[in-house]
Amino acid sequence: MGSNRAVKITVRVIVIAYLFFLVGWPVSLVVQNTFADGFTALRIALADPSVVFSLQLTVAVALQAVLINTVFGVGISLILVRYDFPGKRLLSSLLDLPLSVSPVVVGLALILVYGPRDSWFGQWLTEHGIDVIFSPLGIIMATAFISLPLVIREVVPVLTERGTDEELAAASLGAGPVQTFWRITLPAIKWAVVYGVVLTLARSLGEFGAVKIVSGNLEGRTQTATLLVEQTYQDFEQSTAYATAFLLAAVSVACIVVVTFLQKDHASAGRGKGTS
Amino acid sequence: MSIEARNVSKRFGDFVALDDVSVSIPTGRLTALLGPSGGGKSTLLRIIAGLETADSGSVHIAGDDATSLPPQRRNVGFVFQHYAAFKHLSVARNVAFGLEIRKTSKEETAERVNELLDLVHLRQFADRLPSQLSGGQRQRMALARALAVQPRVLLLDEPFGALDAKVRKELRDWLRRLHDEIPVTTVFVTHDQEEALEVADDIVVINEGRVEQIGSPSALYDQPANEFVMGFLGPATRLGSELVRPHDIHIVSDLPPEEGFYPGVVARAARVGYEVRVDVILDDSLQSSPVHVTMSRAEAHPLKLDVGSRVWLRKPAGATALPLGVDAANAPHPGAGPIAHYTI
Amino acid sequence: MPTMTSTPPNTPPAPNNHASQRSQRQTQRRIRRAARATGRPLTRSSSVGLGIAMIWFSALALLPLSAIVLTTVENGWEKFWGTITAPQTLAALTLTTSTALLVTAFNVVMGTAIAWVLVRDKFFGKRLLEVVIDIPFALPTIVAGLVLLSLYGPGSPLGVNIANTRIAVGLAFLFVTLPFVVRTVQPVLADLDKDVEEAAASLGASRATIFRRIILPSLAPAMTAGAALSFARGISEYGALVLLSGNLPMNTEVGSVRILSYLENGDNAAAAAVATMLLMVSLAVIVALDLVQRRVARRG
Repeated sequence: MGSNRAVKITVRVIVIAYLFFLVGWPVSLVVQNTFADGFTALRIALADPSVVFSLQLTVAVALQAVLINTVFGVGISLILVRYDFPGKRLLSSLLDLPLSVSPVVVGLALILVYGPRDSWFGQWLTEHGIDVIFSPLGIIMATAFISLPLVIREVVPVLTERGTDEELAAASLGAGPVQTFWRITLPAIKWAVVYGVVLTLARSLGEFGAVKIVSGNLEGRTQTATLLVEQTYQDFEQSTAYATAFLLAAVSVACIVVVTFLQKDHASAGRGKGTS
Repeated sequence: MSIEARNVSKRFGDFVALDDVSVSIPTGRLTALLGPSGGGKSTLLRIIAGLETADSGSVHIAGDDATSLPPQRRNVGFVFQHYAAFKHLSVARNVAFGLEIRKTSKEETAERVNELLDLVHLRQFADRLPSQLSGGQRQRMALARALAVQPRVLLLDEPFGALDAKVRKELRDWLRRLHDEIPVTTVFVTHDQEEALEVADDIVVINEGRVEQIGSPSALYDQPANEFVMGFLGPATRLGSELVRPHDIHIVSDLPPEEGFYPGVVARAARVGYEVRVDVILDDSLQSSPVHVTMSRAEAHPLKLDVGSRVWLRKPAGATALPLGVDAANAPHPGAGPIAHYTI
Repeated sequence: MPTMTSTPPNTPPAPNNHASQRSQRQTQRRIRRAARATGRPLTRSSSVGLGIAMIWFSALALLPLSAIVLTTVENGWEKFWGTITAPQTLAALTLTTSTALLVTAFNVVMGTAIAWVLVRDKFFGKRLLEVVIDIPFALPTIVAGLVLLSLYGPGSPLGVNIANTRIAVGLAFLFVTLPFVVRTVQPVLADLDKDVEEAAASLGASRATIFRRIILPSLAPAMTAGAALSFARGISEYGALVLLSGNLPMNTEVGSVRILSYLENGDNAAAAAVATMLLMVSLAVIVALDLVQRRVARRG
């Protein structure tokens, strides 16, 4: 069995080396670049009002997108799993579409429907005092679009696996639909929802392409953190770029770590490991 | 001897799966490795197949030392409890697998596959995927697949364990008939004593990593070597200072003319199908636990066994009996474990 | 994470041997249909819920995406063909597609190897690898570009500078598509029965043969699904390339950048034409995933 072991070690070394050169080292370099002069870069960046604004905007947008996608995601998952209706398969396939559509295409699509000029609804909405494009509303929509399937993809497998026995039992004991949802269904899908929310949050904080198109990238008004990274890097304010990038990377890596560790503890509600 | 396992030991961490086990399996026979789960019987089978390596000891198959051979080169057929079907291959391709590995010509492979599918009555399902078969059909396919390569020995690990009772019984009879047709040396693992008694030519009783007894089904049933074997192969109950089979006990309701009867009172009488089961409390303070007695309905009827009836019990001459150990005599249940393992 | 969605119901075993094959197949189909239709018909409150959800989903996604296709259709075949065959756009689409294909092919091999290590290997720090694999999925794409630039751009500690080259495009694709094959193959590999491999071994199959004839076919659907996701993600990438590839026309420019520059020039029709191309690929991927899942369901 010697050759078997040799193959195993070789594959292990190749995999570790590949991941180190593709992800590990580059990511750690961003940390290193950020802290090249200790906390100075971070302090200077956080003293810049446009940086602070972009971070606040990013967080506000991400939270709203997460809220929308959580409510929508849990609702549509329940309907998809528990009810039958014509077009169910099609809908469930279409819900995956945002995962494979280019962010730039998403941005363009929103412009074509809600843009200020030559769009389907843009002019009508503007007349009624609602600006979608070049305003935070558009940024929220773009972000919600991009991260739409993440909660659904976590919740649907858990709901399917769980079945309806417990819900029927609760109903037979006299619980109404609302009580059943809060006391039976929600606790069952709790961890799936948490993973979905964390992943949605990570994705929302980092959206770039779609946001770049619909926001207009106006500094201090619609410039999110990712857009700021691009602009400052291209304006040769590299330390600000690295500092902001570091903050974004730190949050997203933290999200991943949280999910990975939660998952270990609640493997039964895991994100599809063991499904399919 | 087709299979010789000598002084085989195997540990998993602290757990001793096999402790210096030696077994010889004769050629052309159908042998059962019988014992409770976790007793080491599956481990022994897997060591014979080369799927597990023994810590010490040796395995010879058909006279060749196979101790350090990989499973690929042992030429044994192995059938798993959960079928281990190649899900992406049709039934025919599953059966053909081993032949293809051996670079058998296409025509010969096709011919042999058809032969085997006929043998296991799956010819009409040749082009199905395993997922389209029932459990019993899948296991027959697995058997055909193992037989296709004309193995020197056929090993089956709890082959009917995943099937429901009715199918299990059918397949069991079928395996016996199949073995009579193709007398390849076969070893199967089971924890079901009825299965072993019904199907096997020889039984090896394995418990806690040791061989308890080897012999033919009737030898094991009638002359058990110890309390464990007696209790594991069938019901047993204590009568005085001996362990006997409940259906061997002679029961009378009139005062017996001879000596050697134990007097007692019926504590419970229940009819289960064709059988009547009676618990008798002996007058003698020697034994506090009730004696279980079983008999046919026809035998029970004239005795008028109601709760509280006075009866006398005796072990007839020549019946299977095992003297109890000294310490067991004081225990409430002799040889604790699967003794008298019927429930009412 | 990019795993395959809901587990399809297992195909029930054939009911009995005696019935004719055709009626068996019909029965099976009926059972399968019944198994799929697990839900109840809509109640009044769930209809309202579905209605609200559909309005939001339409406003957010369906209407905008159909607007792209409709804009392309309105402007006619000539505009569409003219746009995507214009030298600069054609070069961008060719580069995007060929790079995405190459990267996907590489991912199928490497992703399977990574999944293999995660499932079958044991060593200190394996948990860390799990985190590392998910980083590209969560890291903002613009930051991903910056991250790669810091190791492979000007001032690289390795002394390589691939910024503004076609290699940079491939590297960015490799980074952002890393998790897809790994995360689709991993659960399938973890679920593989050890029995099946042992059965093959005792039938005489070598380790290489077992891998090729038993394991690989079982992983193939997951590998296909991962490849489809990886390809879709590759051709639609934008953020990771902005800082890294320089978007040089006729050289390192990709499809999504063409959409952006058409849009900036106010040529919505041309932007929509290129977007339609990308959208078609996305739809093809969705369809491919669905087909793969159905095949897996059939295999049970």
